[in-house]
Amino acid sequence: MNLSTDIWVWVGVFLTFCIYSFLYRDNPFYKFGEHLFVGVSNAFTLSFMVHRIIIPILVRPFTEAWRTAGSEGLSAGLFNPYAPSNFLVIIPGVIGCFYFARFIPGLTWLVRIPIALFMGYYVGRSVPAYLEGSVFPQMRGTMLTQASFDPAQGGILGGIFALLVLVGVIGTLTYFFFSKEHKGVVKWGAQTGIVFVMVGFGASFGFTVMARVSLAIGRFIFILRDALGIVT
Amino acid sequence: MRWACILCLLTLPAGWAAAQEGAAVGGAPVETAVAGADAGEAPLGQPAEPAPPAPFPAPAGATARDKPNDGGGAIAIRWQPVPGAMAYRIERAGEDGAFVPVGAASALENAYEDRVEDGVAYRYRVVALGPAGEEGASPATLPARSRPQWFNGDLTGVALSVVAFILVVAWFIRRARRGEQLFVRRIAGLEAVDEAVGRATEMGRPVLYIPGTGRIEDIATVASMNVLGEIAKKTAEFGTPILVPNRDPVVFTVSREVVKGAYTAAGRPDAYDPNSVFFLVENSLAFAAAVDGIMVRERPATNFLLGSFFAESLILAEVGASTGAIQIAGTDQVPQLPFFVVACDYTLMGEELYAASAYLSREPLMLGALKGQDAGKLLFMALLVAGTIFSLITGLDAGWLLSTSGY
Repeated sequence: MNLSTDIWVWVGVFLTFCIYSFLYRDNPFYKFGEHLFVGVSNAFTLSFMVHRIIIPILVRPFTEAWRTAGSEGLSAGLFNPYAPSNFLVIIPGVIGCFYFARFIPGLTWLVRIPIALFMGYYVGRSVPAYLEGSVFPQMRGTMLTQASFDPAQGGILGGIFALLVLVGVIGTLTYFFFSKEHKGVVKWGAQTGIVFVMVGFGASFGFTVMARVSLAIGRFIFILRDALGIVT
Repeated sequence: MRWACILCLLTLPAGWAAAQEGAAVGGAPVETAVAGADAGEAPLGQPAEPAPPAPFPAPAGATARDKPNDGGGAIAIRWQPVPGAMAYRIERAGEDGAFVPVGAASALENAYEDRVEDGVAYRYRVVALGPAGEEGASPATLPARSRPQWFNGDLTGVALSVVAFILVVAWFIRRARRGEQLFVRRIAGLEAVDEAVGRATEMGRPVLYIPGTGRIEDIATVASMNVLGEIAKKTAEFGTPILVPNRDPVVFTVSREVVKGAYTAAGRPDAYDPNSVFFLVENSLAFAAAVDGIMVRERPATNFLLGSFFAESLILAEVGASTGAIQIAGTDQVPQLPFFVVACDYTLMGEELYAASAYLSREPLMLGALKGQDAGKLLFMALLVAGTIFSLITGLDAGWLLSTSGY
C-alpha cells in the first residue's frame, strides 16, 4: 500500500463515496456531493459563457468597432457581419437580452421573439440536413444492387446480408407507420420490423453496458491505484 | 509504391523552400526547385549551379474553374494522370504572373482544391514529379476566378423533397381542418398518459416531466415541448402539481412558455406556478444527480422522460423505477432506448415520440404533419423496393439518384 499524499486525490475519493452512497439511500453526504456538483458545474458554465462566448463574440467586436468609428469615422466595413469588429453583433445581442424580459412583467411577451427565431432557424436547418445527411445516404446504402452479390463484397452471403438489411428497414418503417392498424399484411411487416428493432436494442444494450462498466472500473482504479496505491 | 509516394510528398516542402529561395535571389522559382541527381561539380571558389531537372511527361488537360455550389473562396483544378508519376505539385500565378507552389497531390489523385480570394484571376499549372526528381509541367490553365453561388445545385433533390413534404403536410392539414377524421393507430404508451396523471392526482403527488438533456434544435426536444403542452393541460385540469427541471437555458425558457400557455388554455392560469419550471444545471451528469435527488425527495407519482437523452438515461430511469413511480419514457436516441425499455413502464420509440403530440392533441396542424411523415415513409418504402428491382434487373445503381455530392 502506498497512500497518496495529494490532498486533491483524497477530496476526489471523498466525493466519489459521497455520490456512491446514494446506492444505499438518500443521505446528507449524497446531498452535499450533488449540490457541490451542480454548483461547480453552473459556475464553470457561467464563466465559460462569459469568457469564451459573450466577450470574444459580442463585447470585443462591438467595442473595437466603436473605437475604430471614433478614430477613423464610420465606414461600411464596420457593418460587415464577417469583419472581426462590426456593429451588427449588437442585433443578436439585443435579441438575446429579450430572454431576460420575463423579469419585467409588462414586457414578458418579448421572450417569444428569440424563442421563435431560435426554433425557426434550427428546425428549418435540421430538416434538410437530416434528409441530406441521414435519410438519403441510408436509403442509398439499403438498396440492393448486383454489386451486393459481388465476390469482392462477400458473394452470395454478402447479398443475403444486404437483403436482410432491406427487409429489416422496410419492416421497421412499417412498424412506425401510424396510418394503418397493425392487421393483416401490415401486422406481419410490423412484427418483422420489431424483431429487427429488438435485436438492434440487444446489441446496443450490451455495448453500452460494457462502456458503463468500464467507467465504474475507472473509478475503482482511481481509488485503488491513485489514492491507496494497492494496484499499479 | 505507396511508400515511394509518401516519401515524395514528404520531400515536396523542401523543394518548395528551395524554389522560394531561388525566387528571392532572382532565379526562376520552379525551375530551380528540385535539384537534379546528377548536378555537376563547380570549380573551387565558385557557387555550384543546380542542374535543370530532367524532363518528364507533363499532365495533359489541366483545367481550373470556380468550385461549383460553394460559398466562394475555392478553385477546383483537374488534370489527366501521368503514368509513372510519383506525385503532383500544383502551382498558381496571380496578377504578377509568377508561378508559386500552393499544394501537392499524390499519384493517385487528379484533382486539387485551392483556397483563394474571391474575384481575383488565377492561372494554374500542374507539375508531374518523376521517381528521380524529373519534372513535367503542364501548360498554364486559362484564368479562373472564385465566386460564391446563391444556390447549391447538389442539394436540388433535398430542396425538392422538402417542398414536396411541405405540400403533402399542407394537404393533410387542410383535410383535417375541414373536419375529416384522419386515422392514427393506437400507441400504448400514450394511452397510459391519462392513467399516469390520474394516479398522481389520486396520490396527491406531483408529476415530474423531464424534457431531455438535448438542445432546442433537436427534433426530439421540439416533440417533447409539444407533448409537455398536452400533459400540462391535463395537470391543470386535474389540479396536479407538475415539476419540469431543465438542463438547457433555451429549452427552459420554451418549457416555461409552453406550461404557462397550457394552463391558460385549460382555463386555469391562476394555478400556474412559475417555480414549477426551473433550470438546474447544464452539465448532464450533474443534472442527473440533481433530478435523482428530486425523485427521492419529492417522490413524484409519475415520471415522464421525453426528449433527447444520452449517458444519463439509465441513471434517471433506474432511480425513478426505485421510487415506484409510473414511468413513460421516449427518445429518438437509439442507444438509450434499451435502457428505457428495461426500466420504464412504457417507452415511445423514436418516431412514436414525434407522433405523440398529434396523438394526444388531435390538432389539425400536428395531425397533418404526422400524416405527411407517414406519406414520406410510404414513398421511401416504395423507392427502396423499386430501386432494388431496377438495380437488380439492369445492373445499374439506382442509388445515384439520391446522391447529394454532384461534383
